[in-house]
Amino acid sequence: MMPKTPLSFTLNGSETALFVDPGANLLDTLRRGAGDLTPKLGCAQGTCGACTVLIDGEPHLSCLTLAETVEGRDIATTGGLADGPDLHPLQQAFMEGFAAQCGFCTAGMLMAAKALLDRRPNPSRDEVIEAIGGNLCRCTGYEPIVDAILTAAARMQGRSA
Amino acid sequence: MRAFSYEKVKNPAGAAARAAEVANAKFVAGGTNLLDLMKLEIETPLHLIDVNGLGLDRIEGTDDGGLRIGTLVRNTALAADERVKRDYPVLTRALMAGASGQLRNKATTGGNLLQRTRCPYFYDTAMACNKRKPGSGCAAQAPGAFSRQLGVVGVSEACIATHPSDMAVAMRALDAVVETVMPEGETRAIPLADFHLLPGHTPEVETALKPGELITAVTLPAPVGGHQSYTKVRDRSSYAFALVSVALIRQPDGSGAVALGGVAPKPWRNAAADKLLPEGAKAVMAELMKDARPTEQNRYKIKLAERTLASALNEAKG
Ligand SMILES: Cc1cc2nc3c(=O)[nH]c(=O)nc-3n(C[C@H](O)[C@H](O)[C@H](O)COP(=O)(O)OP(=O)(O)OC[C@H]3O[C@@H](n4cnc5c(N)ncnc54)[C@H](O)[C@@H]3O)c2cc1C
Ligand code: SF4
Ligand code: FES
Ligand code: FES
Repeated sequence: MMPKTPLSFTLNGSETALFVDPGANLLDTLRRGAGDLTPKLGCAQGTCGACTVLIDGEPHLSCLTLAETVEGRDIATTGGLADGPDLHPLQQAFMEGFAAQCGFCTAGMLMAAKALLDRRPNPSRDEVIEAIGGNLCRCTGYEPIVDAILTAAARMQGRSA
Repeated sequence: MRAFSYEKVKNPAGAAARAAEVANAKFVAGGTNLLDLMKLEIETPLHLIDVNGLGLDRIEGTDDGGLRIGTLVRNTALAADERVKRDYPVLTRALMAGASGQLRNKATTGGNLLQRTRCPYFYDTAMACNKRKPGSGCAAQAPGAFSRQLGVVGVSEACIATHPSDMAVAMRALDAVVETVMPEGETRAIPLADFHLLPGHTPEVETALKPGELITAVTLPAPVGGHQSYTKVRDRSSYAFALVSVALIRQPDGSGAVALGGVAPKPWRNAAADKLLPEGAKAVMAELMKDARPTEQNRYKIKLAERTLASALNEAKG
């Protein structure tokens, strides 16, 4: 057995410290180590986007990220989107617009969308499509997801969609 | 996944020396290809050397007016760089045609050049594959095998896999050079043309890199201008590897450069074909495909490549 390595990072604004096995990936570390079950394991090979989390604000696939590479960095997951009982505008728009059916892709979609809106508060429809181009959804046909992201963007800017 | 140990290194020569000294060690950069292959136990290193701390993440001008791209520059950053967008637009287009936003945020310049083939039989560890297990045979060339995505030219009896990178095809059209450092500390510069090797009898040997040799940067010569395009044909319109791709640089006088992706074990270009550009797509493709060795299933790629080039040339004349 190789010894475990200490690891600390910020998870949704909270300091998090734990021990990881050498070679652990970030997705396992978040789910099993930190108990944040919001990032999902879909393909484990970089194809589906369900495991998308933000590392220092950029979307990354946690299934292909070595846990040891996030030492000291800032991780954001869907678990940190809501403010207490108040859903994030993206979550609210997804719920109202039926942008989630089985829901398996939703956490990854939300994080890819959040990274986009943080960078470009008024994205075009094409920019939304490009931003979620690495996230597969087998249920919705994507249109409700694109609509929900545009609705959330409009609301966050105080416009009507 | 097999257990492995992990270390971070601080300087490039030290990284190369460590890789030569530790048994079965590999570098890890973005990890988007290596970790995937490790999960499938296609790659089984015992030790990973993380090169992310080496500071090789800058894009800077060279003395001869070109650009030096550090190996750790992410595909996202490279595609967005103002100098690349203005002076080497074929590269930005190729990068944006590859993978997805999340992957491009991680994928590095050197890692992209070294990504391994997407041949389905290379990925299926139950199948014969000379590249994965030398001497075991090539399941992709068995009767009825699924070979429509695989290579048509530069391939061999031992292996017909393609190199999957989009970025490398644009860099080949731009005459890029790969800079490296060896375990003993010397550096060398390898033209991208000579960097990837054809399979011959040894498809497991894919590049000119020596054991432990670390890529430090890729350099581009001074901008050549012209109309530059990257046309990628794939089974769906985003997030898929190329069936055929064409990187084209065309000068107003009709001269230029063409490199193909999706058809060969390396970005496919030659000087004789470039010279034929003024004569049109048919002549160029006849030269590029003169030693083609397609299967029944992937013969279509030869015609597809010609039509893709014809359409790119039309647009360039536009
Ligand atoms: C779902 C999916 C879709 C994709 N689609 C596309 C696509 O359409 N087009 C495309 O071009 N690519 C595509 N890719 C591939 C992607 O571009 C590569 O995985 C990526 O570029 C590899 O870079 P990396 O830094 O993550 O490499 P790593 O995975 O870190 O490394 C890859 C290899 O390079 C070696 N290495 C890394 N850096 C160095 C160095 N400095 N010196 C020596 N050796 C080094 C490693 O040891 C390893 O063997 C896709 C990948 C996935 C998972
Ligand atoms: S084509 Fe190459 S990679 Fe594919 S099965 Fe044959 S030997 Fe392996
Ligand atoms: S689980 Fe990470 S991309 Fe599918
Ligand atoms: S809602 Fe089911 S996969 Fe997207």
